Amino acid sequence: MVDVAVIGVGMMKWGELWDKSLRAVFVEAALNAIDDAGVDRIDSMYVGCMTSGLFTGQEHLGALMADYLGVCPIPATRVESACASGGIAFRQGLIEVASGMSEIVLVGGVEKMTDVDGGGATYALSTAADQEYEDYNGVTFPGLYAMMARAHMEKYGTTRKQLSEVAVKNHDNGSKNPNAQFRMKLTVDKVAGSVMVADPLTILDCSPITDGAAAAIICPLETAKKISKKPLVRVTGSGQATDTIALHQRKDVTWLAAAEIAAEKAYKMAGVKPSDIDLAEVHDCFTIAEICAIEALGFAEKGKGGPVSENGETAIGGRIPINTSGGLKSKGHPVGATGVAQICEITEQLRGESGERQVKDAKRGLTQNMGGTCASSVVHILEVA
Amino acid sequence: MSTSARYWREIPQRYRYEASKCKGCGAVWFPPRLICAECGKREFEDVTLSNTGKVQTFTVIRVAPNEFCDESPYAIGVVELDDGVMIQCQIVDCLPEEIKTGMPVKIEFRKVKQEGQAGIINYGYKAVPAA
Repeated sequence: MVDVAVIGVGMMKWGELWDKSLRAVFVEAALNAIDDAGVDRIDSMYVGCMTSGLFTGQEHLGALMADYLGVCPIPATRVESACASGGIAFRQGLIEVASGMSEIVLVGGVEKMTDVDGGGATYALSTAADQEYEDYNGVTFPGLYAMMARAHMEKYGTTRKQLSEVAVKNHDNGSKNPNAQFRMKLTVDKVAGSVMVADPLTILDCSPITDGAAAAIICPLETAKKISKKPLVRVTGSGQATDTIALHQRKDVTWLAAAEIAAEKAYKMAGVKPSDIDLAEVHDCFTIAEICAIEALGFAEKGKGGPVSENGETAIGGRIPINTSGGLKSKGHPVGATGVAQICEITEQLRGESGERQVKDAKRGLTQNMGGTCASSVVHILEVA
Repeated sequence: MSTSARYWREIPQRYRYEASKCKGCGAVWFPPRLICAECGKREFEDVTLSNTGKVQTFTVIRVAPNEFCDESPYAIGVVELDDGVMIQCQIVDCLPEEIKTGMPVKIEFRKVKQEGQAGIINYGYKAVPAA
């Protein structure tokens, strides 16, 4: 297998982008990544997107984006795996470069979520769950994660305040990220006191509806040494796993087994353990999701994700900074773009380009992206080369 | 709108709780499967799920999907049936604040929703407090 490096990343300001179309959002991030990498060609591209069909009526994103990026006739492939679409698209690009089939590959992720109203967005997102045996009964994604939260609270004593602390910390980080959608700071009382969506989760426990895209350029490490003018970042680990589509069919609804297995594979490939990781971007679609994710990734003991989040260990400057970008909570969650944006944040951190939110001496970072209630998960490990 | 076939084909599960029991390892699957995810065997016998169980976890939906918005707030939970099968359904005939984890429930046949003003009325199962 060929060693692979990330040589360019492209983000953009996320939010409710009324004046920008699906294709414009993607191409803006892709051009930023191409400029960052300084490449004059792309050999193949991947587009992570969950459900542009339901959000905008547009499918066939591979061809659309290759066309508007001006790179036809290169192969362009869309990857869908609910909210893990971006992370899994990155893995597909990685596999293509590692196999030697292509040299310079662009991996982008995109979602344009505000062309439908709130009910339309709730429906589009709900298609990541079991349509016949979960959604049929009127459940929503906040409702599914709320059931995980209640079970975690009753089993391990996780508190309302600990959930809030995740949101407070991620908004603190996001306030330092110019690309974040919601840069306001929060307090634990404000999170707990905001409108209830699905007990015990409030609106400020939930990630927002966001338009946005992110992109990365990858190539063999040997090529990167010749053409890249940036500090080199190597992809050393990749793992992906699945679990039952329906939450209620899991033996333990508080445990993200797919994230645990994806992480085990990534750690093994990179030859490292959780304590070797300097920082991580994890899939905090809801506050409880970050608590469960840091347990599955080995950053907190099983059941201790709450206390670890409360005592500052996951803040910038703490033992294991989590979601320095602001996470899905503050930066926003354009579902198909999220997994690629995690790669962008870790790459910039490892290059020392993160300004106010820079983690000191960051040498090795991890990304964890998941779809549905973690029926899919993908983990990557990036290191300073 | 979906065709009626999509609704009709799930009736054995939604109306009669029909499940499949693996002839290899005895695992019970609901809805039925073509291959056992525990042992890989492809032979099953039909079984009917138990209609009593206990609430494992639950939530109260306050921001509902469009087709349920007239009903919110309503409770949804994961119920472990007495035969060990886990299902998800609404918990009704009680106030949301009366629901507790571990609460015994009975599974009953109820109307779940309807497809617009003139579409199919969708039935299924809901949990109600036992006794």
